[in-house]
Amino acid sequence: MNFSPQLEEKFAKMLTAYPEGRKRSAVVPMLIYAQDEVGAVTPELIDEVARRCEVPPLQVDEVVGYYSMLHRKPMGKYHVQVCTNISCLLVGGMELYEHACKKLGIGHKEVTADGQISLEEVECMGACSWAPAVEINYDFHHHVTPEKLDQLIDGLRKAQ
Amino acid sequence: MPKKLYNEPSPLETRILSKRFGLDNSESLATYIANDGFKAFRKAREMKPEAIIEEVKTSALRGRGGAGFPTGLKWSFVPRSSPKPKYIVINADESEPGTCKDRLLMEYDPHQMIEGILIAGLALDAHKGYLYIRGEYRYLIDHMDRAIAEAYGQGYLGKNILGTGFDFDLYTHSGAGAYECGEETALLDSLEGKRGIPRMKPPFPAVAGAWASPTLLNNVETFSAIPAIIRDGGAAFAALGTPKNGGTRLLCVSGHVNKPGVYEVPLGYPMLKFIEEIAGGIPGGRKLKAVIPGGSSCPILKADECDIPMDYDSLAKIGSMLGSGGMVVMDETTDMVKVALRIMRFYAHESCGWCIPCREGTTWLRKILQRFDDGGGRHEDVALLGELSKNMLGRTFCALGDAAAMPTISIVDKFAADFEKRLAQQMVAV
Repeated sequence: MNFSPQLEEKFAKMLTAYPEGRKRSAVVPMLIYAQDEVGAVTPELIDEVARRCEVPPLQVDEVVGYYSMLHRKPMGKYHVQVCTNISCLLVGGMELYEHACKKLGIGHKEVTADGQISLEEVECMGACSWAPAVEINYDFHHHVTPEKLDQLIDGLRKAQ
Repeated sequence: MPKKLYNEPSPLETRILSKRFGLDNSESLATYIANDGFKAFRKAREMKPEAIIEEVKTSALRGRGGAGFPTGLKWSFVPRSSPKPKYIVINADESEPGTCKDRLLMEYDPHQMIEGILIAGLALDAHKGYLYIRGEYRYLIDHMDRAIAEAYGQGYLGKNILGTGFDFDLYTHSGAGAYECGEETALLDSLEGKRGIPRMKPPFPAVAGAWASPTLLNNVETFSAIPAIIRDGGAAFAALGTPKNGGTRLLCVSGHVNKPGVYEVPLGYPMLKFIEEIAGGIPGGRKLKAVIPGGSSCPILKADECDIPMDYDSLAKIGSMLGSGGMVVMDETTDMVKVALRIMRFYAHESCGWCIPCREGTTWLRKILQRFDDGGGRHEDVALLGELSKNMLGRTFCALGDAAAMPTISIVDKFAADFEKRLAQQMVAV
Protein backbone atom coordinates (compact mmCIF):
# COMPACT_ATOMS: atom_id res chain seq x y z
CA MET A 1 0.00 0.00 0.00
CA ASN A 2 1.16 3.50 -0.75
CA PHE A 3 0.15 6.69 0.94
CA SER A 4 0.42 10.31 -0.13
CA PRO A 5 3.97 11.69 -0.35
CA GLN A 6 3.31 13.86 2.73
CA LEU A 7 2.23 10.84 4.76
CA GLU A 8 5.10 8.71 3.46
CA GLU A 9 7.48 11.41 4.65
CA LYS A 10 5.77 11.53 8.05
CA PHE A 11 5.95 7.74 8.41
CA ALA A 12 9.60 7.56 7.39
CA LYS A 13 10.43 10.10 10.10
CA MET A 14 8.13 8.42 12.62
CA LEU A 15 9.92 5.08 12.32
CA THR A 16 13.22 6.70 13.32
CA ALA A 17 11.74 8.36 16.42
CA TYR A 18 11.77 5.31 18.66
CA PRO A 19 14.73 3.36 20.02
CA GLU A 20 16.39 0.67 17.91
CA GLY A 21 14.14 -2.37 17.48
CA ARG A 22 11.07 -0.58 18.82
CA LYS A 23 9.19 0.15 15.63
CA ARG A 24 6.05 -1.30 17.20
CA SER A 25 5.76 2.05 18.97
CA ALA A 26 4.62 3.61 15.70
CA VAL A 27 1.55 1.34 15.45
CA VAL A 28 -1.06 3.65 17.00
CA PRO A 29 0.01 6.95 15.39
CA MET A 30 0.50 5.23 12.04
CA LEU A 31 -2.98 3.71 12.22
CA ILE A 32 -4.69 6.99 12.96
CA TYR A 33 -2.84 9.01 10.32
CA ALA A 34 -3.38 6.29 7.72
CA GLN A 35 -7.05 5.96 8.64
CA ASP A 36 -7.52 9.64 7.85
CA GLU A 37 -6.26 8.99 4.35
CA VAL A 38 -7.74 5.53 3.69
CA GLY A 39 -11.09 6.20 5.40
CA ALA A 40 -11.07 3.19 7.72
CA VAL A 41 -8.79 0.61 9.28
CA THR A 42 -9.12 -2.03 6.54
CA PRO A 43 -7.53 -5.51 6.68
CA GLU A 44 -5.03 -4.32 4.04
CA LEU A 45 -4.11 -1.36 6.20
CA ILE A 46 -3.55 -3.61 9.20
CA ASP A 47 -1.18 -5.77 7.16
CA GLU A 48 0.62 -2.72 5.83
CA VAL A 49 1.13 -1.14 9.26
CA ALA A 50 2.28 -4.52 10.59
CA ARG A 51 4.82 -4.81 7.79
CA ARG A 52 6.17 -1.32 8.33
CA CYS A 53 6.34 -1.67 12.13
CA GLU A 54 7.80 -5.19 11.86
CA VAL A 55 5.18 -6.89 14.03
CA PRO A 56 2.67 -9.68 13.34
CA PRO A 57 -0.64 -8.34 11.95
CA LEU A 58 -2.41 -9.61 15.06
CA GLN A 59 -0.50 -7.10 17.20
CA VAL A 60 -1.92 -4.33 15.04
CA ASP A 61 -5.39 -5.82 14.86
CA GLU A 62 -5.69 -6.11 18.64
CA VAL A 63 -5.21 -2.41 19.29
CA VAL A 64 -7.91 -1.31 16.82
CA GLY A 65 -10.80 -2.23 19.09
CA TYR A 66 -9.23 -0.47 22.05
CA TYR A 67 -8.91 3.09 20.72
CA SER A 68 -12.20 4.88 20.20
CA MET A 69 -10.95 6.99 17.29
CA LEU A 70 -10.02 3.95 15.22
CA HIS A 71 -12.81 2.34 13.22
CA ARG A 72 -13.01 -0.55 10.80
CA LYS A 73 -15.90 0.88 8.78
CA PRO A 74 -15.68 4.26 7.06
CA MET A 75 -17.29 7.23 8.79
CA GLY A 76 -18.59 10.17 6.77
CA LYS A 77 -16.35 12.58 4.92
CA TYR A 78 -17.27 14.90 7.79
CA HIS A 79 -17.36 13.27 11.19
CA VAL A 80 -19.44 15.36 13.58
CA GLN A 81 -18.55 14.65 17.21
CA VAL A 82 -20.78 16.12 19.89
CA CYS A 83 -19.62 16.02 23.50
CA THR A 84 -22.25 15.29 26.15
CA ASN A 85 -19.89 14.77 29.07
CA ILE A 86 -20.44 16.61 32.34
CA SER A 87 -19.30 20.16 31.45
CA CYS A 88 -21.14 20.09 28.13
CA LEU A 89 -24.17 18.33 29.67
CA LEU A 90 -24.69 21.20 32.12
CA VAL A 91 -24.95 23.77 29.34
CA GLY A 92 -27.02 21.96 26.72
CA GLY A 93 -24.69 19.32 25.26
CA MET A 94 -27.29 16.54 25.38
CA GLU A 95 -29.93 18.71 23.71
CA LEU A 96 -27.34 19.62 21.10
CA TYR A 97 -26.61 15.97 20.40
CA GLU A 98 -30.33 15.17 20.14
CA HIS A 99 -30.73 18.11 17.79
CA ALA A 100 -27.89 16.76 15.62
CA CYS A 101 -29.57 13.33 15.47
CA LYS A 102 -32.81 14.91 14.26
CA LYS A 103 -31.13 17.28 11.84
CA LEU A 104 -29.05 14.52 10.24
CA GLY A 105 -31.60 11.72 10.65
CA ILE A 106 -28.93 9.42 12.05
CA GLY A 107 -27.77 8.20 15.44
CA HIS A 108 -24.54 7.40 17.27
CA LYS A 109 -21.76 6.25 14.91
CA GLU A 110 -24.11 6.26 11.92
CA VAL A 111 -23.48 7.75 8.50
CA THR A 112 -25.93 9.66 6.26
CA ALA A 113 -27.16 7.74 3.22
CA ASP A 114 -24.89 9.74 0.90
CA GLY A 115 -21.88 8.80 3.03
CA GLN A 116 -21.02 12.44 3.59
CA ILE A 117 -21.72 13.08 7.27
CA SER A 118 -21.42 10.84 10.31
CA LEU A 119 -22.33 11.52 13.92
CA GLU A 120 -20.85 10.42 17.21
CA GLU A 121 -21.72 11.20 20.81
CA VAL A 122 -18.24 11.56 22.25
CA GLU A 123 -16.60 11.73 25.65
CA CYS A 124 -14.77 14.81 26.94
CA MET A 125 -12.64 16.44 24.24
CA GLY A 126 -10.97 19.05 26.42
CA ALA A 127 -13.13 22.05 25.61
CA CYS A 128 -14.97 22.17 28.93
CA SER A 129 -14.60 25.88 29.63
CA TRP A 130 -16.00 26.73 26.19
CA ALA A 131 -18.83 24.23 26.22
CA PRO A 132 -20.88 22.89 24.59
CA ALA A 133 -18.27 21.65 22.15
CA VAL A 134 -18.36 19.93 18.80
CA GLU A 135 -15.41 18.62 16.82
CA ILE A 136 -15.86 18.13 13.07
CA ASN A 137 -13.01 15.93 11.88
CA TYR A 138 -10.21 17.74 13.75
CA ASP A 139 -11.74 21.22 13.96
CA PHE A 140 -13.03 22.38 17.32
CA HIS A 141 -16.18 24.49 17.61
CA HIS A 142 -16.95 26.09 20.96
CA HIS A 143 -20.12 27.51 22.57
CA VAL A 144 -22.19 25.64 19.99
CA THR A 145 -25.95 26.28 19.96
CA PRO A 146 -28.48 24.27 17.90
CA GLU A 147 -28.64 27.22 15.45
CA LYS A 148 -24.85 27.33 15.15
CA LEU A 149 -24.77 23.57 14.59
CA ASP A 150 -27.38 23.93 11.83
CA GLN A 151 -25.17 26.50 10.11
CA LEU A 152 -22.10 24.27 10.46
CA ILE A 153 -23.91 21.26 8.99
CA ASP A 154 -25.47 23.31 6.19
CA GLY A 155 -21.97 24.62 5.44
CA LEU A 156 -20.62 21.06 5.19
CA ARG A 157 -23.39 20.13 2.75
CA LYS A 158 -22.63 23.16 0.58
CA ALA A 159 -18.93 22.33 0.61
CA GLN A 160 -19.56 18.92 -0.99
CA MET B 1 -1.47 40.02 15.67
CA PRO B 2 -2.36 38.93 19.18
CA LYS B 3 -4.37 35.77 18.97
CA LYS B 4 -7.91 35.96 20.31
CA LEU B 5 -7.90 34.08 23.59
CA TYR B 6 -10.52 31.46 24.32
CA ASN B 7 -11.68 33.50 27.28
CA GLU B 8 -10.86 36.94 28.63
CA PRO B 9 -8.24 36.84 31.38
CA SER B 10 -9.27 38.08 34.82
CA PRO B 11 -7.40 40.92 36.58
CA LEU B 12 -7.42 38.74 39.71
CA GLU B 13 -5.16 36.11 38.15
CA THR B 14 -1.49 35.60 39.03
CA ARG B 15 -0.05 34.91 35.63
CA ILE B 16 3.24 33.03 35.82
CA LEU B 17 2.79 30.15 33.38
CA SER B 18 0.24 32.04 31.31
CA LYS B 19 2.06 35.37 31.29
CA ARG B 20 2.73 35.21 27.54
CA PHE B 21 -0.83 34.23 26.62
CA GLY B 22 -2.19 36.94 24.36
CA LEU B 23 1.16 38.40 23.29
CA ASP B 24 1.77 38.87 19.57
CA ASN B 25 2.82 35.52 18.10
CA SER B 26 3.02 34.13 21.61
CA GLU B 27 3.67 30.66 20.18
CA SER B 28 6.85 31.72 18.38
CA LEU B 29 10.36 31.12 19.63
CA ALA B 30 11.20 34.80 19.04
CA THR B 31 8.41 35.97 21.35
CA TYR B 32 9.41 33.39 23.91
CA ILE B 33 13.06 34.45 23.91
CA ALA B 34 12.10 38.14 24.08
CA ASN B 35 10.05 37.40 27.20
CA ASP B 36 12.45 35.54 29.52
CA GLY B 37 12.61 32.43 27.34
CA PHE B 38 15.56 30.07 27.83
CA LYS B 39 17.03 32.12 30.68
CA ALA B 40 16.28 29.17 32.93
CA PHE B 41 17.97 26.68 30.61
CA ARG B 42 21.09 28.85 30.49
CA LYS B 43 21.06 28.98 34.29
CA ALA B 44 20.38 25.25 34.63
CA ARG B 45 23.31 24.26 32.43
CA GLU B 46 25.63 25.91 34.97
CA MET B 47 24.01 24.01 37.82
CA LYS B 48 24.78 20.53 39.07
CA PRO B 49 21.95 18.06 38.28
CA GLU B 50 21.34 17.52 41.99
CA ALA B 51 20.96 21.27 42.43
CA ILE B 52 18.32 21.43 39.70
CA ILE B 53 16.33 18.68 41.40
CA GLU B 54 16.81 20.39 44.76
CA GLU B 55 15.40 23.62 43.32
CA VAL B 56 12.34 21.77 42.01
CA LYS B 57 11.90 20.18 45.46
CA THR B 58 12.17 23.62 47.10
CA SER B 59 9.45 24.95 44.77
CA ALA B 60 6.93 22.51 46.27
CA LEU B 61 5.63 21.93 42.76
CA ARG B 62 3.21 19.02 42.68
CA GLY B 63 2.12 17.10 39.59
CA ARG B 64 -0.57 18.96 37.69
CA GLY B 65 -1.97 15.91 35.93
CA GLY B 66 -4.15 14.82 38.83
CA ALA B 67 -2.29 12.88 41.48
CA GLY B 68 -0.41 15.87 42.91
CA PHE B 69 2.78 13.95 43.63
CA PRO B 70 5.76 16.18 44.55
CA THR B 71 7.61 16.75 41.28
CA GLY B 72 11.14 17.13 42.67
CA LEU B 73 10.78 13.85 44.53
CA LYS B 74 9.60 12.13 41.34
CA TRP B 75 12.66 13.47 39.51
CA SER B 76 14.94 12.19 42.26
CA PHE B 77 13.61 8.63 41.78
CA VAL B 78 15.07 8.37 38.27
CA PRO B 79 18.47 6.66 38.59
CA ARG B 80 20.73 9.17 36.85
CA SER B 81 23.65 6.76 36.78
CA SER B 82 21.72 3.95 35.08
CA PRO B 83 23.59 2.56 32.10
CA LYS B 84 20.28 2.42 30.22
CA PRO B 85 19.05 5.41 28.25
CA LYS B 86 16.63 7.54 30.24
CA TYR B 87 13.47 8.92 28.68
CA ILE B 88 11.20 11.84 29.34
CA VAL B 89 7.54 11.38 28.53
CA ILE B 90 5.21 14.33 28.56
CA ASN B 91 1.62 13.49 29.33
CA ALA B 92 -0.53 15.61 27.02
CA ASP B 93 -3.38 13.13 27.00
CA GLU B 94 -5.60 15.65 28.82
CA SER B 95 -8.84 13.67 29.07
CA GLU B 96 -10.20 14.15 32.57
CA PRO B 97 -13.69 15.59 32.11
CA GLY B 98 -13.62 19.26 33.06
CA THR B 99 -9.97 19.78 32.09
CA CYS B 100 -8.82 21.92 29.17
CA LYS B 101 -5.67 23.76 30.30
CA ASP B 102 -2.84 21.82 28.65
CA ARG B 103 -4.35 22.77 25.31
CA LEU B 104 -3.68 26.43 26.06
CA LEU B 105 -0.17 25.87 27.40
CA MET B 106 0.79 24.10 24.18
CA GLU B 107 -1.15 26.39 21.88
CA TYR B 108 0.00 29.74 23.30
CA ASP B 109 3.40 28.95 24.77
CA PRO B 110 4.89 25.70 23.43
CA HIS B 111 8.49 26.75 24.02
CA GLN B 112 7.94 27.23 27.74
CA MET B 113 7.10 23.53 27.99
CA ILE B 114 10.01 22.59 25.72
CA GLU B 115 12.39 24.53 27.97
CA GLY B 116 10.99 22.70 31.01
CA ILE B 117 11.58 19.37 29.28
CA LEU B 118 15.17 20.32 28.43
CA ILE B 119 15.86 21.27 32.04
CA ALA B 120 14.53 17.88 33.14
CA GLY B 121 16.86 16.35 30.54
CA LEU B 122 19.83 18.13 32.10
CA ALA B 123 18.80 17.03 35.58
CA LEU B 124 18.32 13.37 34.67
CA ASP B 125 20.89 12.97 31.91
CA ALA B 126 18.06 12.12 29.50
CA HIS B 127 18.37 12.88 25.82
CA LYS B 128 15.06 11.88 24.31
CA GLY B 129 11.55 13.03 25.02
CA TYR B 130 8.16 11.86 23.78
CA LEU B 131 5.20 14.18 23.84
CA TYR B 132 2.11 11.96 24.01
CA ILE B 133 -0.83 14.05 22.80
CA ARG B 134 -4.40 12.77 22.67
CA GLY B 135 -5.56 12.04 19.13
CA GLU B 136 -8.45 14.51 19.30
CA TYR B 137 -5.90 17.33 19.65
CA ARG B 138 -4.58 16.81 16.12
CA TYR B 139 -4.27 20.56 15.55
CA LEU B 140 -2.00 20.70 18.59
CA ILE B 141 0.13 17.81 17.37
CA ASP B 142 0.67 19.76 14.14
CA HIS B 143 1.23 22.92 16.18
CA MET B 144 3.81 21.22 18.41
CA ASP B 145 5.51 19.69 15.36
CA ARG B 146 5.96 23.23 14.02
CA ALA B 147 7.24 24.52 17.38
CA ILE B 148 9.67 21.60 17.66
CA ALA B 149 10.91 22.19 14.10
CA GLU B 150 11.43 25.86 14.94
CA ALA B 151 13.42 24.93 18.05
CA TYR B 152 15.59 22.50 16.06
CA GLY B 153 16.11 25.16 13.40
CA GLN B 154 17.49 27.63 15.92
CA GLY B 155 19.57 25.19 17.90
CA TYR B 156 17.28 24.80 20.92
CA LEU B 157 16.78 21.09 20.22
CA GLY B 158 19.01 18.50 18.60
CA LYS B 159 22.76 18.15 18.89
CA ASN B 160 24.91 20.42 21.06
CA ILE B 161 22.08 22.71 22.21
CA LEU B 162 23.27 26.33 22.42
CA GLY B 163 26.87 25.10 22.32
CA THR B 164 26.53 23.31 25.66
CA GLY B 165 27.37 19.86 24.37
CA PHE B 166 23.95 18.72 25.56
CA ASP B 167 21.86 16.78 23.02
CA PHE B 168 18.12 16.37 23.17
CA ASP B 169 15.55 15.07 20.70
CA LEU B 170 11.84 15.65 21.16
CA TYR B 171 9.09 13.84 19.26
CA THR B 172 5.31 14.09 19.22
CA HIS B 173 3.29 10.88 19.49
CA SER B 174 -0.44 10.71 18.74
CA GLY B 175 -2.93 8.82 20.87
CA ALA B 176 -6.14 7.58 19.28
CA GLY B 177 -8.91 8.11 21.82
CA ALA B 178 -8.61 6.50 25.24
CA TYR B 179 -9.02 8.19 28.64
CA GLU B 180 -7.13 5.33 30.23
CA CYS B 181 -3.94 6.39 28.42
CA GLY B 182 -3.69 9.40 30.72
CA GLU B 183 -2.72 6.92 33.47
CA GLU B 184 1.06 6.86 33.28
CA THR B 185 1.70 3.14 32.91
CA ALA B 186 -1.16 2.70 30.42
CA LEU B 187 0.30 5.63 28.52
CA LEU B 188 3.63 3.82 28.36
CA ASP B 189 1.99 0.70 26.95
CA SER B 190 0.24 2.87 24.38
CA LEU B 191 3.53 4.56 23.53
CA GLU B 192 4.97 1.11 22.93
CA GLY B 193 2.21 0.39 20.40
CA LYS B 194 -0.08 -1.68 22.59
CA ARG B 195 -3.56 -1.39 24.08
CA GLY B 196 -3.33 1.13 26.92
CA ILE B 197 -3.58 -1.16 29.93
CA PRO B 198 -2.08 -0.24 33.30
CA ARG B 199 1.01 -2.02 34.55
CA MET B 200 1.65 -3.54 37.92
CA LYS B 201 3.70 -1.23 40.13
CA PRO B 202 6.46 -1.63 41.23
CA PRO B 203 8.56 -1.32 39.21
CA PHE B 204 7.65 2.33 38.88
CA PRO B 205 8.29 4.10 35.56
CA ALA B 206 11.23 5.95 37.15
CA VAL B 207 13.05 2.61 37.20
CA ALA B 208 11.43 0.68 34.33
CA GLY B 209 9.18 2.83 32.17
CA ALA B 210 9.24 3.29 28.42
CA TRP B 211 10.91 0.30 26.75
CA ALA B 212 11.92 -0.94 30.23
CA SER B 213 14.20 2.06 30.71
CA PRO B 214 14.13 4.68 33.48
CA THR B 215 11.45 7.18 32.53
CA LEU B 216 10.20 10.47 33.90
CA LEU B 217 6.55 11.19 33.20
CA ASN B 218 5.02 14.56 33.98
CA ASN B 219 2.05 16.55 32.79
CA VAL B 220 2.31 19.45 30.29
CA GLU B 221 1.61 22.01 33.01
CA THR B 222 4.19 20.49 35.35
CA PHE B 223 6.92 20.89 32.72
CA SER B 224 5.63 24.36 31.86
CA ALA B 225 6.20 25.45 35.47
CA ILE B 226 9.87 24.44 35.48
CA PRO B 227 11.37 27.47 33.64
CA ALA B 228 9.88 29.93 36.16
CA ILE B 229 11.12 27.79 39.06
CA ILE B 230 14.71 27.65 37.82
CA ARG B 231 14.75 31.25 36.60
CA ASP B 232 13.31 32.90 39.72
CA GLY B 233 14.19 30.20 42.23
CA GLY B 234 12.19 27.45 43.83
CA ALA B 235 11.59 29.49 46.96
CA ALA B 236 9.91 32.30 45.02
CA PHE B 237 7.60 29.81 43.33
CA ALA B 238 6.81 28.05 46.60
CA ALA B 239 5.99 31.37 48.25
CA LEU B 240 3.17 31.99 45.78
CA GLY B 241 1.18 29.06 47.18
CA THR B 242 0.61 27.49 50.57
CA PRO B 243 3.02 25.21 52.49
CA LYS B 244 3.77 22.03 50.46
CA ASN B 245 1.57 23.40 47.65
CA GLY B 246 3.89 25.62 45.67
CA GLY B 247 3.15 28.08 42.94
CA THR B 248 0.19 28.80 40.74
CA ARG B 249 -1.91 26.52 38.62
CA LEU B 250 -4.33 26.82 35.76
CA LEU B 251 -7.88 26.12 36.82
CA CYS B 252 -10.46 25.28 34.20
CA VAL B 253 -13.91 26.33 35.32
CA SER B 254 -16.99 25.09 33.51
CA GLY B 255 -20.67 24.52 34.09
CA HIS B 256 -23.01 27.08 35.65
CA VAL B 257 -20.85 30.21 35.85
CA ASN B 258 -21.06 33.49 33.98
CA LYS B 259 -17.43 33.47 32.85
CA PRO B 260 -16.28 29.92 32.28
CA GLY B 261 -12.64 29.77 31.29
CA VAL B 262 -9.09 28.86 32.22
CA TYR B 263 -7.55 31.09 34.89
CA GLU B 264 -4.21 30.96 36.70
CA VAL B 265 -4.31 31.42 40.46
CA PRO B 266 -1.96 30.64 43.36
CA LEU B 267 -2.49 27.36 45.17
CA GLY B 268 -4.70 28.01 48.15
CA TYR B 269 -6.94 30.54 46.37
CA PRO B 270 -10.38 30.61 48.05
CA MET B 271 -12.86 28.51 46.07
CA LEU B 272 -15.93 30.71 46.63
CA LYS B 273 -14.01 33.86 45.72
CA PHE B 274 -12.81 32.12 42.58
CA ILE B 275 -16.35 31.16 41.58
CA GLU B 276 -17.84 34.56 42.43
CA GLU B 277 -15.16 36.99 41.35
CA ILE B 278 -13.06 35.28 38.68
CA ALA B 279 -15.66 32.99 37.14
CA GLY B 280 -18.32 35.70 37.41
CA GLY B 281 -20.71 33.90 39.75
CA ILE B 282 -23.72 31.77 38.91
CA PRO B 283 -26.09 32.94 36.16
CA GLY B 284 -29.56 34.24 37.01
CA GLY B 285 -28.72 34.75 40.68
CA ARG B 286 -29.32 31.04 41.28
CA LYS B 287 -27.78 29.30 44.24
CA LEU B 288 -24.73 27.06 44.21
CA LYS B 289 -25.57 23.39 44.66
CA ALA B 290 -22.34 21.47 44.12
CA VAL B 291 -18.78 21.67 42.82
CA ILE B 292 -16.56 19.01 41.31
CA PRO B 293 -13.24 20.54 42.32
CA GLY B 294 -10.71 18.97 39.97
CA GLY B 295 -12.13 16.78 37.23
CA SER B 296 -14.93 14.22 37.21
CA SER B 297 -13.07 11.65 39.29
CA CYS B 298 -12.94 13.93 42.35
CA PRO B 299 -15.55 13.45 45.07
CA ILE B 300 -18.21 16.14 44.70
CA LEU B 301 -18.59 18.96 47.23
CA LYS B 302 -21.86 20.34 48.56
CA ALA B 303 -22.25 24.13 48.49
CA ASP B 304 -21.60 24.38 52.24
CA GLU B 305 -18.25 22.57 51.84
CA CYS B 306 -16.90 25.04 49.28
CA ASP B 307 -15.66 27.73 51.64
CA ILE B 308 -12.08 26.41 51.47
CA PRO B 309 -8.69 27.32 50.03
CA MET B 310 -7.90 25.42 46.85
CA ASP B 311 -4.76 23.45 47.51
CA TYR B 312 -4.09 19.71 47.51
CA ASP B 313 -4.08 19.32 51.27
CA SER B 314 -7.17 21.40 52.04
CA LEU B 315 -9.20 19.39 49.55
CA ALA B 316 -7.79 16.11 50.82
CA LYS B 317 -8.83 17.13 54.34
CA ILE B 318 -12.49 17.25 53.29
CA GLY B 319 -12.20 13.98 51.38
CA SER B 320 -11.84 15.31 47.86
CA MET B 321 -9.00 16.25 45.49
CA LEU B 322 -7.66 19.18 43.50
CA GLY B 323 -7.01 16.70 40.69
CA SER B 324 -6.30 18.08 37.27
CA GLY B 325 -7.78 21.52 37.93
CA GLY B 326 -11.07 20.91 36.13
CA MET B 327 -13.67 22.64 38.29
CA VAL B 328 -17.29 21.96 37.39
CA VAL B 329 -19.85 24.26 39.03
CA MET B 330 -23.48 23.23 39.38
CA ASP B 331 -26.41 25.43 40.37
CA GLU B 332 -29.55 24.54 42.32
CA THR B 333 -31.41 23.37 39.20
CA THR B 334 -28.95 20.50 38.61
CA ASP B 335 -30.34 16.98 38.81
CA MET B 336 -27.69 14.85 40.52
CA VAL B 337 -29.16 11.62 39.15
CA LYS B 338 -28.34 12.84 35.66
CA VAL B 339 -24.88 13.97 36.76
CA ALA B 340 -24.09 10.60 38.37
CA LEU B 341 -25.37 8.77 35.30
CA ARG B 342 -23.38 10.82 32.80
CA ILE B 343 -20.19 10.45 34.82
CA MET B 344 -20.71 6.68 35.06
CA ARG B 345 -21.49 6.33 31.35
CA PHE B 346 -18.07 7.89 30.81
CA TYR B 347 -16.18 5.57 33.15
CA ALA B 348 -17.98 2.47 31.86
CA HIS B 349 -17.01 3.50 28.32
CA GLU B 350 -13.41 4.20 29.26
CA SER B 351 -12.71 1.25 31.55
CA CYS B 352 -10.08 -0.76 29.71
CA GLY B 353 -11.51 -4.01 31.05
CA TRP B 354 -8.26 -5.26 32.54
CA CYS B 355 -9.43 -5.34 36.17
CA ILE B 356 -12.76 -7.02 36.80
CA PRO B 357 -13.96 -4.79 39.69
CA CYS B 358 -13.66 -1.77 37.37
CA ARG B 359 -14.98 -3.41 34.21
CA GLU B 360 -17.99 -5.01 35.90
CA GLY B 361 -18.46 -2.33 38.54
CA THR B 362 -18.71 0.56 36.10
CA THR B 363 -21.06 -1.45 33.87
CA TRP B 364 -23.42 -2.31 36.70
CA LEU B 365 -23.35 1.18 38.13
CA ARG B 366 -24.18 2.58 34.70
CA LYS B 367 -27.06 0.14 34.27
CA ILE B 368 -28.53 0.88 37.68
CA LEU B 369 -28.22 4.64 37.19
CA GLN B 370 -29.73 4.41 33.70
CA ARG B 371 -32.68 2.42 35.00
CA PHE B 372 -33.09 4.91 37.83
CA ASP B 373 -33.02 7.86 35.44
CA ASP B 374 -35.48 6.12 33.12
CA GLY B 375 -38.02 5.97 35.94
CA GLY B 376 -37.35 2.44 37.20
CA GLY B 377 -35.66 3.40 40.45
CA ARG B 378 -36.04 1.33 43.60
CA HIS B 379 -35.58 2.39 47.20
CA GLU B 380 -32.71 0.00 47.72
CA ASP B 381 -30.79 1.42 44.74
CA VAL B 382 -29.15 4.23 46.70
CA ALA B 383 -27.57 1.80 49.15
CA LEU B 384 -26.71 -0.58 46.32
CA LEU B 385 -24.92 2.13 44.34
CA GLY B 386 -22.87 3.06 47.40
CA GLU B 387 -22.04 -0.56 48.23
CA LEU B 388 -21.04 -1.45 44.66
CA SER B 389 -18.80 1.60 44.40
CA LYS B 390 -17.12 0.91 47.73
CA ASN B 391 -16.30 -2.59 46.56
CA MET B 392 -14.35 -1.15 43.63
CA LEU B 393 -12.15 1.11 45.75
CA GLY B 394 -8.53 0.03 45.90
CA ARG B 395 -9.16 -3.22 44.02
CA THR B 396 -7.78 -2.26 40.62
CA PHE B 397 -4.33 -1.86 39.06
CA CYS B 398 -4.82 1.81 38.25
CA ALA B 399 -6.86 4.69 39.57
CA LEU B 400 -9.69 4.44 37.05
CA GLY B 401 -11.69 2.14 39.31
CA ASP B 402 -11.39 4.60 42.19
CA ALA B 403 -12.04 7.48 39.80
CA ALA B 404 -15.39 5.94 38.88
CA ALA B 405 -16.31 4.92 42.40
CA MET B 406 -15.47 8.13 44.27
CA PRO B 407 -17.87 10.53 42.54
CA THR B 408 -20.68 7.97 42.83
CA ILE B 409 -20.09 7.38 46.53
CA SER B 410 -20.06 11.11 47.19
CA ILE B 411 -23.13 11.85 45.06
CA VAL B 412 -25.36 9.17 46.60
CA ASP B 413 -24.12 10.12 50.05
CA LYS B 414 -24.48 13.89 49.77
CA PHE B 415 -27.40 14.15 47.37
CA ALA B 416 -29.60 11.22 48.41
CA ALA B 417 -32.46 13.73 48.42
CA ASP B 418 -32.26 14.00 44.62
CA PHE B 419 -32.71 10.25 44.35
CA GLU B 420 -35.57 10.23 46.85
CA LYS B 421 -37.27 13.03 44.95
CA ARG B 422 -37.19 10.92 41.79
CA LEU B 423 -38.66 7.94 43.67
CA ALA B 424 -41.46 10.16 45.00
CA GLN B 425 -42.20 11.38 41.46
CA GLN B 426 -42.36 7.78 40.28
CA MET B 427 -44.91 6.99 42.98
CA VAL B 428 -47.10 9.86 41.80
CA ALA B 429 -46.79 8.71 38.21
CA VAL B 430 -47.98 5.23 39.16
